Amino acid sequence: MRRPTPRADDLALLFLGLAALCAAGFVVAFALAVPHRTQLLGVALGLAFAFLAAACVVFDRRLLDTSEREELYPEPHVEEQEAVAEIVEEAGSGITRRRLLTMGGGVAAGSLGLALLAPALSLGRLFDTTPLLETPWRRGRRLVDGAGRPLRAADIERDAFYTAFPEGADRETLAAPVVVVRLDPASVRLPPERRGWAPQGILAYSKICTHAGCAIALYRKPTDPAIEPAPAFVCPCHYSTFDPATGGTVIFGPAGRPLPQLPLTIDRSGVLCAAGTFSGPVGPSWWGVRIWKARSR
Amino acid sequence: MIRGLVRWIDERAGSAPLVRRSLRYLFPDHWSFLLGEVALYCFVVLVATGIYLTFFFEPSTAQTVYHGSYLPLRGARMSEAYRSALDISFRIKAGLLIRQTHHWAADVFLVAIVLHLLRVFFTGAYRKPRDLTWILGVTMLALALLEGYLGYSLVDDLLSGMGLAIGYGVALSVPLFGANIASLIWHGPFPGSSDFWSRMYITHVLLLPVLIGTLLAAHLALVASRHHTQFRGPRRTERTLVGVPAFPGQAVRSLGLAFSVTAVLFLLGGLVQINPIWLWGPYHLASGTNGAQPDWYLGWLIGGLRLMPAWDLVVGKYTLVPNPFWGGVLLPLLVFAFLYLWPWLERRATGEYGWFNLLERPRDRPWRTAIGCAIVSGVLVVFVAGSADRVDVLFGVSYAAQIWVYRVLFFVLPLAVLLATKRICDELAAGERVERDRRGAEAEARRSAVAVSARGDGD
Amino acid sequence: MRPGTEALQWFGLLAAPAAWTVQLVVGYGATVAACSAAGRRWNVSVPTWEIALAADFYLRTGYMPLATPQTQPRRTRVLFSARELAALVAYVASLGNGPAIPQPRPGSVAGGQRLFTEHCAGCHQVVAQGGYLTGAVAPPLAPDSATQIAEAVRIGPYLMPRFSERTISNRQLDSIVAYVRAVDRAPNPGGWGIGRLGPVPEGIVAWLIAGVALAGCCLVFGRRRAAR
Repeated sequence: MRRPTPRADDLALLFLGLAALCAAGFVVAFALAVPHRTQLLGVALGLAFAFLAAACVVFDRRLLDTSEREELYPEPHVEEQEAVAEIVEEAGSGITRRRLLTMGGGVAAGSLGLALLAPALSLGRLFDTTPLLETPWRRGRRLVDGAGRPLRAADIERDAFYTAFPEGADRETLAAPVVVVRLDPASVRLPPERRGWAPQGILAYSKICTHAGCAIALYRKPTDPAIEPAPAFVCPCHYSTFDPATGGTVIFGPAGRPLPQLPLTIDRSGVLCAAGTFSGPVGPSWWGVRIWKARSR
Repeated sequence: MIRGLVRWIDERAGSAPLVRRSLRYLFPDHWSFLLGEVALYCFVVLVATGIYLTFFFEPSTAQTVYHGSYLPLRGARMSEAYRSALDISFRIKAGLLIRQTHHWAADVFLVAIVLHLLRVFFTGAYRKPRDLTWILGVTMLALALLEGYLGYSLVDDLLSGMGLAIGYGVALSVPLFGANIASLIWHGPFPGSSDFWSRMYITHVLLLPVLIGTLLAAHLALVASRHHTQFRGPRRTERTLVGVPAFPGQAVRSLGLAFSVTAVLFLLGGLVQINPIWLWGPYHLASGTNGAQPDWYLGWLIGGLRLMPAWDLVVGKYTLVPNPFWGGVLLPLLVFAFLYLWPWLERRATGEYGWFNLLERPRDRPWRTAIGCAIVSGVLVVFVAGSADRVDVLFGVSYAAQIWVYRVLFFVLPLAVLLATKRICDELAAGERVERDRRGAEAEARRSAVAVSARGDGD
Repeated sequence: MRPGTEALQWFGLLAAPAAWTVQLVVGYGATVAACSAAGRRWNVSVPTWEIALAADFYLRTGYMPLATPQTQPRRTRVLFSARELAALVAYVASLGNGPAIPQPRPGSVAGGQRLFTEHCAGCHQVVAQGGYLTGAVAPPLAPDSATQIAEAVRIGPYLMPRFSERTISNRQLDSIVAYVRAVDRAPNPGGWGIGRLGPVPEGIVAWLIAGVALAGCCLVFGRRRAAR
């Protein structure tokens, strides 16, 4: 039993009243067009709950009986465990081929489980990974900018970087976006099989990082090449850094694969076109990424 | 009136015996036992605010053009999901408050779970017969991590979109069948078909909350069935529990705590901006921003992804282990394996297979405390590595240098913490032993002095 | 096409006569003379493009004079007075026939948001809070005036790409500038903006404000010490 304390009663009443006031304030702030509405609503509702909590503290400390009591921890129900086991065993007393039946039950349940799981295969293509290799790029496909205008070679200036997409194809696929830069042709050192992939020193690479799939949105260029780092693409997620002059090789960061390069040509009207598809599959690495080549859709 | 109500309910539900036992159920009293309840109330706020959000959110990737009140995004192409989140933030009256409260509740939910887990671990509350309760709790932690990730990814803003792309990269990196699993989940290569959004939505809104709720109910039932553990003290033994009855004592305290949690969450939701998606803009595959981070509880994963050196483990032409696997999959797998297996490992190592209802102070178990602190310090190093770029921007400390330092620290710091913590626990225990012996010797001396004087008087 | 280096070279070479006047006012002629010595060591030959912009940008942000050319220029105290700056820039501009200092006009914030996200957010972060890239730090843009933003886009200081009028037209540049200035002044409808950096400050608040507050609430409602 607790000794009655009128002062504590009053305090609790005060807090309840304040809580009601704040809740009413919430309703008012909700109804009217007030500035900083989110802040007012949050403070009103938050304080309403805070005052309710304060009232609970008063109840706990002054008004209610919170003395401690004793009791025993539960013991293991050894007899009941035995009884349950007996009941189950007794129920099976008429069964002779226990092991076979258990196995049979297991096989039936397992097969049914597989059957129930089978429709999950419609969620996607579990066994067909060729879509991961497909790209919208093929020989002759023009590069366009974000607004759909064809990218002309003369528009590509040194020291800047450009994002391009395949003309007429869906942009929101991993294999669509490319970054295009122009380097000094003398500084471009591509592998021999990629000779001719960089007309006038213009290079195009997949914009999707080969580490985890973010868009490579950074490009650095030296103001003074003698003392500053060479041009490079950098991914903003984990800072994988790729060297465009040497075929997208990784020069820093955790990416395990070089950036796939898109071979370029310049068509008769001066527009940049793909001369084929990427040097390798686009996007993050998976088990087959080095087994197959990228494909044109 | 009360009697009338009790009679009415019992006549229809037969609940009076159960209610009577429940009302007198005892709660051992310590402030750290309430941390789990804080997590519980965060979950309640999450569900309540989440239901409100589902009345306005449109989980669709159909493209639209924004014509709402936020001027910098006028005319921008975006998904309906993002557009509806903007409308919740700017058009619905209490929308921004509820959205922010929901997001704060998610962050704080995980803070509370981690604090609760640490308390349970370092006091040994997970030992038999509560090891099943512990398993359920660790599972709820894993589900909460996934639930939070899906929740903030549903909005389709630039930051969370980049996070989803990374999630895809991590899924692809699972050896042997990562690409197949990812194709199944996304229904094709990233960004997948519109199905993917439906799957994310229903998982976040129905499947995981129901799963977490069920596990939570089982977790609470087990705690109630085995009764709560307690620290050693007067009248408190392995057999006897001392605590506050559920009603009215603990009920009022729990209610007060529930109100406090709700108050803190709504105050944060109104006063501190969180995830200002209108600033990030909509996600497009070819867009990226510097400084993109996942929510705090996944910071260890971004750190892990950044720390790994650039290896794809390749056998011939077969890419056995792509790079993101180590930091994105293996690290969390190892930590969770440690959490799941620890009760069993400790039993094997100490040979203690009995029941335990009493808690231990961390210093009473030097090895457990040391190993736990070591694991925590290792995880903290990875967390810090996840923000190394921001440290470079703010304080000029070279990012590349930091990465090397953290790589070394990841192995060295846990070892150092292990040894230091073990030493500290041993010293503390030794100090208490000395103190006990000293007091015992003093009491002995006083008793013999009294005996001598009594004998002296008697002569 | 490296006007920045060009500007440095010219600045170094003309520092000698400029230093005369400057030395009379403040005693930092030594710095200037050192710059000129360094300038003569570089033998890059580039056409004189946006040298007026470069001089104006580097001087007004305090990036120049630079202690060592190998480190990234950082915004520091501007060493010259307004009159001296105007005189220096006018002199450098007279040495070539590049474009004049840009005068950004009001542009479209919405257009600027899209352009900034496309060209700039990768380094500078989507609300211009600055960011890291391998080898450098892209600074936050709040301290920059509209002119300095426009100049930086056109000259590409240090490791930043250089966007000429062909790549980003003057109207587009106006919009980018409008966006950067607007986003710096933008209100935070959700309350305290905590730096508008995203989840890292949010996590810190969750632990240090909410976590501490709620642990405090547990202390209020529960027994403080284990009974001994």
